[in-house]
Amino acid sequence: MGVEGIGASVVRKEDRRFITGKGRYVDDIKLVGMTHAHFIRSPHAHAKIKSIDTSEAMKMPGVVGVLTGQQIVDDKIGNLICGWAITSKDGTGMKMGAWPAMAPETVRFVGQAVAVVIAETKNQARDAAEAVVVNYEELPAVPDIRAAIKPGAPQLHPEAPGNVIYDWVIGDEGATDAAFKSAANVVSLDITNNRLVPNAMEPRAAIAEYNEPEEHFTLYTTSQNPHVARLVLSAFYNIAQEHKLRVVAPDVGGGFGSKIFIYPEEMVALWASKKVGRPVKWTGDRTEAFLTDAHGRDHLTKAEMAFDKDNKVTGLRVKTYANLGGYMSLFSSSVPTYLYATLLSGQYNIPNIFAEVISVYTNTVPVDAYRGAGRPEASFVVERLMETAARQLKVDPAELRRKNFITQFPHQTPVIMAYDIGDFGASLDAAMKAIDYAGFAARKAKAKSEGKLRGIGVSCYIEACGIAPSKAVGSLGAGVGLWESAEVRVNPVGTIEILTGSHSHGQGHETTFCQLIADRLGVPISQVSIVHGDTDKVQFGMGTYGSRSAAVGLTAILKAMEKVEAKAKKIAAHQLEASENDIVIENGEFKVAGTDKSLALPMVALAAYTAHNLPDGMEPGLKEGAFYDPTNFTFPAGAYICEMEVDAATGKSSFVNFVAADDFGRLINPMIVEGQVHGGLAQGIGQALLEGVVYDASGQLLTASFMDYTMPRADDLPSFKLSHTTTLCPGNPLGVKGCGEAGAIGASAAVINAITDAIGNNKLEMPATPDRVWHAIHG
Amino acid sequence: MHQTTYHRPSSVDEAASLFAKGSDAKYLAGGHTLIPVMKQRLASPSDVIDLGKIKELIGVEATGDGIVVKSATTHYDVASSETVRKAIPALAYLASLIGDPAVRHRGTIGGSLANNDPAADYPAAVLALGAIVKTNKRSISADDFFKGLFSTALEDGEIITAVSFPVQAKAGYAKFNHPASRFALTGVFVAKTPAGDVRVAATGASQSGVMRVGAIEAALKANWSAGAIDAVKISADGLLNDIHGTADYRANLVKVMAQRAVQAAG
Repeated sequence: MGVEGIGASVVRKEDRRFITGKGRYVDDIKLVGMTHAHFIRSPHAHAKIKSIDTSEAMKMPGVVGVLTGQQIVDDKIGNLICGWAITSKDGTGMKMGAWPAMAPETVRFVGQAVAVVIAETKNQARDAAEAVVVNYEELPAVPDIRAAIKPGAPQLHPEAPGNVIYDWVIGDEGATDAAFKSAANVVSLDITNNRLVPNAMEPRAAIAEYNEPEEHFTLYTTSQNPHVARLVLSAFYNIAQEHKLRVVAPDVGGGFGSKIFIYPEEMVALWASKKVGRPVKWTGDRTEAFLTDAHGRDHLTKAEMAFDKDNKVTGLRVKTYANLGGYMSLFSSSVPTYLYATLLSGQYNIPNIFAEVISVYTNTVPVDAYRGAGRPEASFVVERLMETAARQLKVDPAELRRKNFITQFPHQTPVIMAYDIGDFGASLDAAMKAIDYAGFAARKAKAKSEGKLRGIGVSCYIEACGIAPSKAVGSLGAGVGLWESAEVRVNPVGTIEILTGSHSHGQGHETTFCQLIADRLGVPISQVSIVHGDTDKVQFGMGTYGSRSAAVGLTAILKAMEKVEAKAKKIAAHQLEASENDIVIENGEFKVAGTDKSLALPMVALAAYTAHNLPDGMEPGLKEGAFYDPTNFTFPAGAYICEMEVDAATGKSSFVNFVAADDFGRLINPMIVEGQVHGGLAQGIGQALLEGVVYDASGQLLTASFMDYTMPRADDLPSFKLSHTTTLCPGNPLGVKGCGEAGAIGASAAVINAITDAIGNNKLEMPATPDRVWHAIHG
Repeated sequence: MHQTTYHRPSSVDEAASLFAKGSDAKYLAGGHTLIPVMKQRLASPSDVIDLGKIKELIGVEATGDGIVVKSATTHYDVASSETVRKAIPALAYLASLIGDPAVRHRGTIGGSLANNDPAADYPAAVLALGAIVKTNKRSISADDFFKGLFSTALEDGEIITAVSFPVQAKAGYAKFNHPASRFALTGVFVAKTPAGDVRVAATGASQSGVMRVGAIEAALKANWSAGAIDAVKISADGLLNDIHGTADYRANLVKVMAQRAVQAAG
């Protein structure tokens, strides 16, 4: 592997830039003549706009323009789209209401933009915004799922009667019902999967510049997928044709899914930059992040699991209501369906599964993919059921899981997914050993003798990553293909530039992607640089989400590399007067095997570009591109075990130990993988113990700042013990599976299973705040 | 933030006179409350008068029977003061729990008391220790100073100059953190005077701000031990009830934190 090749914990190249404050984020960019936008947002969850008076604001100092929702409709800027069509069980399509970038008539969540002020300075824009008078007629609001589905509930969109967007099913209902009828035991649970705010460290931002003579726009934006943004902005929003729109996503400070989507603010910035004839900048503040970034999760679920007399699972039946908020965000429809219900088999051999998912509108911020996206919700359902079953059946929770593990691969589940490989028993063994599972009973007894409540919780998760085979997702309703593209440019002096459609916003691609090249060519990673995040530079890309950058993005680079190597070998063979088949690449040199003849990479590259002596008919240059479309999802899986102690007097839970044994296939950079797992675990534990969005009955967001929304802090978390068991992914040549979301997917159930074990009461909702735990103990 | 005029006076008198001249002036101490609300444009004072650099308002002094903490002394300086640690270690401990290191290096005791946030830590100490709040006009006893949520006996323009704490026979503080803000979801300060009187104050719990807890005071006066509080009933009536703590949970915390404060006091 070499010191910088695959498998080496190379220090991240990009960190020097970040930790010395030299990163270049959207807000760091200042254009000549740049103006500043401030949005006027609805204070009401549901209201009709009676009038907007901008006349006083227009007279305020520094104001360049005040634009309203009606103007954006008049200019025929397209409504926001949802990129995945879901069909209801009755065969009808999803019922989607219109979402204009600024509301012309009706607002449907607190924070929805109704107008924008463009001014010379940010402060002038804010001052003028206070002079804009919006008259609203308040309407009754629907703050949550239960309110949305009540008969006679206020209606959000005329297109969606009863506020229902779709009622979708998967699996075999009849067979599943039969399994329950003949079951020896049935376990059932009502589960709330709490709503979360992604809270990336960098708030969203956009700068739009319009070049009038060229009719060309440039958009700098906080995006995980700038090419997708360009595609959507041009194909659906009527902003500009693709070749007249450049989208740049420079350094981006975290995304967690929330920066996949194309938001109203980017659309308005582009549109406004043409309207006012000046570059327009908008940088969201933290309050706007709470009020407008797509939230995550928010399910209400009833789940039942059937067992035969030998404690084998025979059926799983799930009914889930998913809250999609006031409007359908870009991939919102797919998250509670194809990213959720297709993972309900977990790590288990479950012959019969049936799931129904009803997605509803509410007067809340739109909900979409957030780290894990559907898979944490699925894993939580399955792992809470397993734990509950073990308690009900009075068997060891780890052994009940082991008894039901899938052990033969490939394995076709009843819910679409075909697991390619795994060794679930190995992960569980590793986790049990790491936490001394066998010694837990003694530790619990000792804690009890000291007046403390001790519990242990297991969670065996699986996820589908490496998103995704284009043909498969296309057949399920996706509006895009989910391949990735790459280009490898070897410069005339032998340095290498990798252009990738993946986007790094914390993942460390600038290091890991270089490690592949170091591995292939034996050159130091300092000779390689990664170019990403600019539609003018990279030919195309689908971006970074769904733990796909290694499995799909890096494989595309590998495919391009193979073409580069093949051509370089031809050149080297020609120059060395040897057979192409005898050329091997070692330590940056092209060698004739079995001889001392060799040619260094720079000499091969120079030969390619001078073109003085190339094989007959060969084009000059050394640059190749590739598109890679995966043949299957990848299936990272693992076992997390958590041991906790609860203070019965206060309900405060503390970690005794948390162990994670993951199978991510081949690790490119184990240090970066460890960091990804730590971050995911923090978010999974955050969901279990700390984080939760609360709206009041009128649809006001009560958790709209860090004073009320509990973000995990370092001292909320234990020191994690990580380990890896490895089965190489057969679906891609690198054998990688992806590691970005695992922690967030597997951790929550382990924590709740541990606390409910400690307190002896299985009724406990997330976040398991001290108040809730105390009530669960004391009633 | 709206435009404002920032002043940095060098004396209390100068500060008071600047305040009188301003049309809608505000004093600034650590700024942890005023600056955020100004940034949100919920406050737009004409003048901001910074008390934090007035030398006569900074420092801790030992007196014959207690200590005097001047109003612009930061939480960090109180927490790390040898004088405080020796005389009333529970007060230094309380200061060490406020916010985070950045907050503790800017926030001041005077700012905390003048703001009287119902979940702030200092009001519990001042009330339980029977401290005297000294201003540029008068001395106010702790029992008279706190007037409910964000409300105090301070008159318009009046400046806290120092707080005088009498030394106790025993004193202890226990705080249960608000999970998000790390203010006190409930914090209880217990104190026993050399004469045997007991004062107990709870912060974060009541709808009307920091409060004495008479039932626990009586129990501890009879028997200074955590166990003495076991039988005390704390009513949830009038307690805060919000997304982080229901009233009955807070009632429980008043009792449990009081027990832990007694254990800490020894």
